Amino acid sequence: MLDDISAIFAEVLGRTVEISEKTSIVEDLGMDSLGVMNFVMAIEDFYDISIPLDRIAQIQTVADLIHAVQSLRSGTSK
Amino acid sequence: MTIFAKHAPIKLAYDSFKDMGVDPLNVRFDEILSPTEAMLNGKSILLFGSHNYLGLTFDPDCIEKSVEATRRLGTGTTGSRVAFGNYDGHLQLEKALAEFFGREHAMVFTTGYQANLGALSSLVGRGDHLMLDSDSHASIYDGSRLGYAEVIRFRHNSPDDLYKRLRRLDGAPGDRLIVVEGLYSMLGDTAPLKEFVDVKRQTGAYLLVDEAHSMGVLGEKGRGLAEAVGVEDDVDFIVGTFSKSLGSVGGFITSNDPDFDVMRIVCRPYMFTASLPPGVIASTLEALSKLQSQAHLRADLLRNSKRFYDGLTAMGFQTGPEAGPIVAVAMPDRDTAVMFWKLLMEAGLYLNLAVPPATPTQTSLLRNSISAAHTIEQIDAALAIFADVGRQLGFFAADRRRAGGVV
Repeated sequence: MLDDISAIFAEVLGRTVEISEKTSIVEDLGMDSLGVMNFVMAIEDFYDISIPLDRIAQIQTVADLIHAVQSLRSGTSK
Repeated sequence: MTIFAKHAPIKLAYDSFKDMGVDPLNVRFDEILSPTEAMLNGKSILLFGSHNYLGLTFDPDCIEKSVEATRRLGTGTTGSRVAFGNYDGHLQLEKALAEFFGREHAMVFTTGYQANLGALSSLVGRGDHLMLDSDSHASIYDGSRLGYAEVIRFRHNSPDDLYKRLRRLDGAPGDRLIVVEGLYSMLGDTAPLKEFVDVKRQTGAYLLVDEAHSMGVLGEKGRGLAEAVGVEDDVDFIVGTFSKSLGSVGGFITSNDPDFDVMRIVCRPYMFTASLPPGVIASTLEALSKLQSQAHLRADLLRNSKRFYDGLTAMGFQTGPEAGPIVAVAMPDRDTAVMFWKLLMEAGLYLNLAVPPATPTQTSLLRNSISAAHTIEQIDAALAIFADVGRQLGFFAADRRRAGGVV
């Protein structure tokens, strides 16, 4: 999953990035609010989910993101 | 360190304007001469930065009605309608709005901002799903946070993206409310409303259209985008404002839902604030009647908008996707935008400077709003000032890309 997310980051940012679960999406990757929105929408397309705004607000690190994606995917496949 | 230290980055960004010799928040007009002209620092200046679409702020009848109501009923109601009771004017205005939109019910709010807070926090609640266009106005985002519905954002003006997201909710309980705007206030683009209506029908969602910038502007009768594209029956709720085409302040929601009036006892932004003063209600009622009786104002507005948009586009400026009462000019970067804005103002043209994050695409914009009250001469004078300042800043030099910046 980390590889997929890394590829999506690269696509949105237009450059390759080294990420780990500890990477902070805003601080370490220097994304502005528009970048974050485009990135989140790309993630949503890839995993076929919608991440509600209050959940997005809670996501700071890549680990938070993975957790949110996993819980939303298990939710929809119930 | 003070309690405001957390806002230091924003203050720093604002202070950098001042370093360039401009202070956009402290523009202080000596006098407002008409809907289209003011005095600023002792000099006359053209107003291209207000939402006075029909130019009704100085309409003699609106002023007279407002003065009369103020003399008769006082300067303010000093209370909420829920606790203090209704003035006749509030009820008359609600009836007039409902009739204008051909609906059963209307409810007046103290500002347009509060109308959105009220709609979005009351129409949906816990377990419901609120679907917002990503370019939505701040009042829509803020309203979505005031309630308890799950908020999902779809790509700007993309019915396909909305459809996909509603499909993902298949099987989940709760109501779905789609929120779009008739005319988006930053770039002046309209929503593909017919296509949104198709999605609404296919998915059983409710549809709310914010016609703040399109009421009095679009549609043969001025009822907004829903009228213009012929889908009014499919729009469940219309939200709007009095502070644009109607030239005062306030907001409303209108609907055909038979249970709509329950809003009056559940909608906190309606209940817990003072109602509009009689003078505002009276001028708004008169302006609504002018909006209907003077259809030529819409034609004048359209003519002016098109002339201004076409003029700027012909000079090579990067404008928004369609000609309308909001004409946004994209600047290559923030500093150029600030300098351009300053020079325009010094040359006698006032408009809005919009910089990220207020703009939808990280682009800095010079935002014009056109009025039916602008004369052809004023439109041409504004175009000439744009041409002069563009020349001074090298916009038309061999390197045309300077004027670039993709909207």
